Amino acid sequence: MSKQNTVKEPLFHIVKRTEMPLWQAWLIRIVAIIVGLAVASVLCAAVAGKNPLDVPVSLINGCFGTERRLWVFLREGALLLGVTLALIPAFKMKFWNLGGNGQVLIGCIASTACMFYLGGKLPDWVVNIIMIVAAIAAGAIWAVIPAIFKACFNTNETLFTLMMNYITTALAAYCLVVWVPSGTSVLSPFTEGVLPTIINDNVLTLIVVAVLLVFMTVYLKFSKHGYELSVVGESEKTAKYIGINVKRVVIRTLVLSGAICGVIGLLLSGSINHTLTTSMDNNMGFTATMTAWLAKFSPLVAIFTSFFITFISRGMSEVQVSFGFSESSVANIVTGLVYFAIIACEFFVSYKIVGRSKNKEKSVKTETKEKQTEAKADEQTVSDEKNPVKEEVK
Amino acid sequence: MKKLLSLVLALAMSIGVCSMFTACGDETKPLIALIALHDTNSTYDKNFIEAFEAACEENGLSKNDYLLYTNVPEETICKEKALDAADRGCEVVFSDSFGHEPYMLEAAKEATGTHFASATGNKAHTSGLTNFHNAFASIYEGRYLAGVAAGLKLQEMIEAKKVTADTDGNYKLGYVGAYTYAEVISGYTSWFLGVQSVVPNVKMDVKFTGSWYDEQKEADAARALINGGCVLLSQHADSMGAPSACELARVPNVSYNGSSASACPNTFIISSRINWQPYFSYLIKAAKDLREGKTATIDTDWMGTIDNNAVVLTECGQAAAEGTQAKLDEVKAKLLSGELKVFDTSKFTVTVNESKNANATVDENGHLTSYRADVNFDADYTPDTEVVANGEFQESKFRSAPYFDVQIDGITLLNSAF
Repeated sequence: MSKQNTVKEPLFHIVKRTEMPLWQAWLIRIVAIIVGLAVASVLCAAVAGKNPLDVPVSLINGCFGTERRLWVFLREGALLLGVTLALIPAFKMKFWNLGGNGQVLIGCIASTACMFYLGGKLPDWVVNIIMIVAAIAAGAIWAVIPAIFKACFNTNETLFTLMMNYITTALAAYCLVVWVPSGTSVLSPFTEGVLPTIINDNVLTLIVVAVLLVFMTVYLKFSKHGYELSVVGESEKTAKYIGINVKRVVIRTLVLSGAICGVIGLLLSGSINHTLTTSMDNNMGFTATMTAWLAKFSPLVAIFTSFFITFISRGMSEVQVSFGFSESSVANIVTGLVYFAIIACEFFVSYKIVGRSKNKEKSVKTETKEKQTEAKADEQTVSDEKNPVKEEVK
Repeated sequence: MKKLLSLVLALAMSIGVCSMFTACGDETKPLIALIALHDTNSTYDKNFIEAFEAACEENGLSKNDYLLYTNVPEETICKEKALDAADRGCEVVFSDSFGHEPYMLEAAKEATGTHFASATGNKAHTSGLTNFHNAFASIYEGRYLAGVAAGLKLQEMIEAKKVTADTDGNYKLGYVGAYTYAEVISGYTSWFLGVQSVVPNVKMDVKFTGSWYDEQKEADAARALINGGCVLLSQHADSMGAPSACELARVPNVSYNGSSASACPNTFIISSRINWQPYFSYLIKAAKDLREGKTATIDTDWMGTIDNNAVVLTECGQAAAEGTQAKLDEVKAKLLSGELKVFDTSKFTVTVNESKNANATVDENGHLTSYRADVNFDADYTPDTEVVANGEFQESKFRSAPYFDVQIDGITLLNSAF
């Protein structure tokens, strides 16, 4: 035994994967989702005393069972995608905008204010134009305040944007007090000044989000702005060195991020609900941080992540109804389990666990042997995931 | 590898196909649905959900015969859930929150073959729809009775010299309310009048939290009232904040929407609540008739009372004074016979000035002679109906939801929250 071996090697260690074929990464993800769903189904069924297979059935039924549910699913998925698109440029720049909720809600407040003060007094199309401008401006201002502080004073943007959420909720509550003299804080839906209906209440949202999607894809991939913000994200110093005005990029990107959130707020208040509540953002600002991360900040992949998360959450509300749960804790646990499986599998996509090798000397000596051990470790990781790729590796 | 992929795909597809078949096999149509703002973690919704399940059981419905939608926000999604219930074949759809009403109304316009009922709502009697209904209960009678129990406790405390009156010779009560509007005002006023019927020299401070469920704010408000010299508290909000604060400070408390005896054994006197089970039974019977093709009538404004068991009191707690139950039975009988009225205008006085009670007219002694309340919903909240007659403020006569929003003498609002 040589001296090297006196150092005790840990039972296992974690190694970053240098490269992994795309299909393998997706296989891991699909398996993780199936495993997550299977565990969730069994848990759900055990609590309700029903057949575990009923869970995926209800899940699918809840999103696609009737035409109405399909529309709701599409609309909710599109809204989440919209917020995700808003967060992506900021996240890509490594500006952790956690203020999506607030930026959406301020858009709701601005557009509701237009309906409240101008609806019926001006022609609808005039009100609509003012609404659009107001909601976009409100969202942009709400996001640019923390951005200016970050750019000029290097304040922590995570906390700052988070605080802005609470301010917005309180502001919405205040507006409701002012606008509803009876004191119930329930603002009856408006009929005047609302955005036009195309076919039904949901189509406008789908169209707007589709436009946003195309815009964001082009913006990030082909525009100079998109390039600049990714350089700032990679390394601020490099950006400065090659002559990018970092402050300007930060502020400009956040104006865009907030403006898109404002658009979502506009859709929520002006097109879908025709009113304002303090929880109208539906926590999408936080959910979208997850969908944006899972999409690796790619607008196109975000379509899948947003609609998948919507599928799980809308589907689970159906499971809850058809299983007769009188409280949402089971549904929440299940949703959490599925999310956990998805997020956890990203770990296995980027890292692998290498076990303690038994024939160290050889593995140190020859490269081929090392590769073999790696392959073995690979196998272990994969079998952990219940992924039957063994044969392929062998 | 390809083999594997195809295997996975084949598995996924077969699950899909299986699921479609099972989905088609589901033949039984549900009869009735409940849409709740939160779930059983909120005492408000718990009261509805438990009553709903009990009524379903009482009427022999199985789990497949009813639907329960929880955590439905007061937004368009409420309309979509209501219509989803109609799509599934429900005859009657009920929602438990005031903010659901506009969306339930929309749903009623769209699905004319289904009946929609909205608790605590106020638009049914002017909607012109035959398939849209409101329901509420005369909870002010329950609160009045709970006030009587509190009065007996206060009397006991005075006799035992545990409390002292202020310089004017009054004993101060405290009340934690959610919002400053009719439902809450009607509630605290009736409770106050109940106490006053036993101990005449009382006054009351009211503090609002601006939320239906905020444990911290409710506890803070209760503590502020206790520190301000209130010797007995009650509340109209949904968390355990106020009763728990009272228990810590050993100040007797009258609870709402269910007993807090187990959490607050030393201070719990009694609690009043609306029992929705009679209304749900009523709806289920109507739904069964509709299913069989018969015509069924559902009241546009259903009113729960002590008489139909929709307004109930819990058992008295340890803190209640001796003989409370007997006295309550006596007062209850008087309320039932109509001998006693909660809002008897001779029992309270009202001050009319620029800042309050603009819709009221009073005689030289300060007793109410006329009051115009906002009964019919409109965007400007115009007072439209005369509600004082025969020496009584006729609460809940013209619609089921409360409209008593008079600020009577003796009650001080420390803040307001809308």
